[in-house]
Amino acid sequence: MNARTVHVRVRRQDGPDLPSRWEEFDVPYRQGMNVITCLQDIQKNPRTRDGRTVAPVVWECSCLEEVCGSCTMVINGRPRQSCSALVDQLEQPIRLEPMSKFPLVRDLVVDRSRMFGALKTVKAWVTLDGTHNLGPGPRFSPEKQQVYYQLQRCMTCGCCLEVCPQVTKENDFIGAAAISQVRIVNAHPSGAMHAADRLDALMGEGGIQDCGNAQNCVEACPKEINLVESIADMNRQVTRRLFGKMFGG
Amino acid sequence: MAEKPRIIVVGGGLAGLMTVIKIAEAGHPVDLFSVVPVKRSHSVCAQGGINGAVNTKGEGDTPWEHFDDSIYGGDFLADQPPVQKMCEAAPGIIYMFDRMGVMFNRTPEGLLDFRRFGGTKHHRTAFAGATTGQQLLYALDEQVRRYEVAGLVTKYEGWEFVGYVPDEAGECRGAICQHMASGRLQSFRSDAVVLATGGPGLIFGRSTNSTINTGSAASAAYQQGAWYANGEFIQVHPTAIPGEDKLRLMSESIRGEGGRVWVPSDGNEGRPPVGHPWYFLEAMYPAYGNLVPRDIATRAIFKVCRELGLGIDGKDKVYLDVTHIPAKVLNAKLEGVMEIYEKFVGQDPRKVPMQIFPAVHYSMGGLWVDYPRDDGKPHYWQMTNVPGLFAVGECEYAYHGANRLGANSLLSTVFAGMMAGPDALKFVKGRRTPASEITGSAFETEVARHEAFNRRLLSLDGPENPFQLHAELGDLMTGAMTVVRYNDKLAAALASIATLRERFWNITLTDKGAWMNQPLLFSRQLHNMLILAEAMTLGALRRDESRGAHYKPDFPERNDERFLKTTLARFTPEGPELSYADVDTSLIPPRARKYDVDKKGDAAKPAGALATS
Repeated sequence: MNARTVHVRVRRQDGPDLPSRWEEFDVPYRQGMNVITCLQDIQKNPRTRDGRTVAPVVWECSCLEEVCGSCTMVINGRPRQSCSALVDQLEQPIRLEPMSKFPLVRDLVVDRSRMFGALKTVKAWVTLDGTHNLGPGPRFSPEKQQVYYQLQRCMTCGCCLEVCPQVTKENDFIGAAAISQVRIVNAHPSGAMHAADRLDALMGEGGIQDCGNAQNCVEACPKEINLVESIADMNRQVTRRLFGKMFGG
Repeated sequence: MAEKPRIIVVGGGLAGLMTVIKIAEAGHPVDLFSVVPVKRSHSVCAQGGINGAVNTKGEGDTPWEHFDDSIYGGDFLADQPPVQKMCEAAPGIIYMFDRMGVMFNRTPEGLLDFRRFGGTKHHRTAFAGATTGQQLLYALDEQVRRYEVAGLVTKYEGWEFVGYVPDEAGECRGAICQHMASGRLQSFRSDAVVLATGGPGLIFGRSTNSTINTGSAASAAYQQGAWYANGEFIQVHPTAIPGEDKLRLMSESIRGEGGRVWVPSDGNEGRPPVGHPWYFLEAMYPAYGNLVPRDIATRAIFKVCRELGLGIDGKDKVYLDVTHIPAKVLNAKLEGVMEIYEKFVGQDPRKVPMQIFPAVHYSMGGLWVDYPRDDGKPHYWQMTNVPGLFAVGECEYAYHGANRLGANSLLSTVFAGMMAGPDALKFVKGRRTPASEITGSAFETEVARHEAFNRRLLSLDGPENPFQLHAELGDLMTGAMTVVRYNDKLAAALASIATLRERFWNITLTDKGAWMNQPLLFSRQLHNMLILAEAMTLGALRRDESRGAHYKPDFPERNDERFLKTTLARFTPEGPELSYADVDTSLIPPRARKYDVDKKGDAAKPAGALATS
């Protein structure tokens, strides 16, 4: 029998405020498998390397094709989606840990609601008059579409917050993802009409001034969104807004 | 002062969010429940685009033509009036998203660009790269967040719907939901509940669906008395990448932009010389080529691989080739799917033809829902047979007949939400007794019933593992209930499902804890999947004809006399009870469906529609 296996180490924690521990599993190897497949195998046979039957590992996933952001965790020290983490490309033992910048729920599941809260803070939406038919929206060039479409692929996964030295569990820095969302909405011809509101929100507590320019976010983004460029653009807009306010613009 | 009536929407994909926006926009509060943060709903997986006859390419496209393509593509099984309304609303829906700031691809003039899709000759599909569903969902998510900040929307994310609350008359008066982290079951009174809970793809094990698409909520409603319609109609998408955990969709838009499907020829029967590409869809269906509807393309791939033995390396694989298209075009219009192929297969599809095979993708069937009719009786858009219980999106059956056309799903979710929101409001305002004044023990009884179910699951200590049983169900359904169906195999599948249902009560939950117990949540879903699988399979067994996605070699023709009918499944403890309802074909008379030649749709076209083309 071909006994080739994959060695997985999982940092486990039964709930918030409980101690964490490492558990190790061997799962049968198949070509093309990813971290999700490993975790699914553990669900079907939750037995550790040393032969103990345990509760299966708890984790979140949904789309399994890197568009929903659910299955983000820290894999061999790097935050990323577990669906696109292919076993063949990973050093073993594969270490799985929950992201550290968000409240832990259980095992690999964390609560990322601060990210959705940040989108509320910065008012990341076009103020639509209503959903009735008013004809087409404003025209803009294909070049502009290509730039802003790329930014809009952000799936609120949390990688950029996880690697940011300025984000801690205790503070409320909104992080790169929300700042980049303001850039998109402010660039849209209708969104631009309320750009000032968003800039004021960006200057509030936990806002863009808390960015320490470490530039880790751009390296971590799975969608290769140029978050550093977004932050620089928003810094310029915020500065202009400040000068405008000071000199009655 | 009387409390405002309450409305609950369950599910935060496109259909659910559109319903929420319509209700909130009318100034009415709404409670939104979802198993995931709504921005992570399965709508993100829709790739290719959204249909609407905006006719910007000078092709004379009209909503009527879109309607005719959809009815013809669905092999005449859809009730026609709602489909017509949907196609008429489609251009306005695309404009609405445009105004919300969706980054649709654009023409050099800065107008919305449109591309081709299956089952039509027109450029009718608006798109945002190859992640259109994601982009549309994000637009609605932003608008819902705006209403959340305004205090009109209350989100309950991380809650799962387990059943509705019936009053003494059997009408829906609220929902029972389970908080997934704590396991707590709670009743929520409401005057209407709108289910927007998505498709049942997980019943087939691996499919193109997200892992949250269990169909569990629809099954729970079915078990309580809602009718499940046309459950046998399951779309198998022709082009996906096989995988251990999931079959990843490779969008139809790849063919819309010029992608070609081929296998190396064996040189027989007039095919190209040995080893040369045989573009079999183009050869078999000269009028539509690579853009035949999905059921047709999928059966052709099955024929080539299984009957002719011409799959790549003799296996279940064919080529999907875009290497002749400039990389710049691919990056601008199809980047999302190119990236998925690259990341998960490790090859660059711009340089090497992709290897693909069909995969379960979509359920045309779902909860039966109503629409306004001229019979003097009250009818509400999207309301199930249970008064006060509505359904929108893939969990209902209304818009796609026996086969859905590509890029009509995003449209139907949004259109259904646009209809359900206002009609749910109308319904709750007309209710004599509001849910807040319902007395009696219905709410406590239902909570207690679901608590008892959980306790029973936790107490089981047999040898079976629920995740293992699910894998078996998936293999079974994929084997018997997909592309080619035989009555003996369907009957055997029904017997196997019955066995699985018995074995289900011999599981042990591998986690007995109270906090974030995923095996407990999953086992309830699996229980509901097994019951829904039975209804689907019995529907297929009884339908002795071939129509759209439902194909039986022993009954190769469509049989309008016997089966131009909607299958209605009613739950009984002894198994599904099937009946058949007439289909409203009042607008386009049924005609033979063929894609080797142009469809002739002009006969029924009203004079008004002709004037625009």
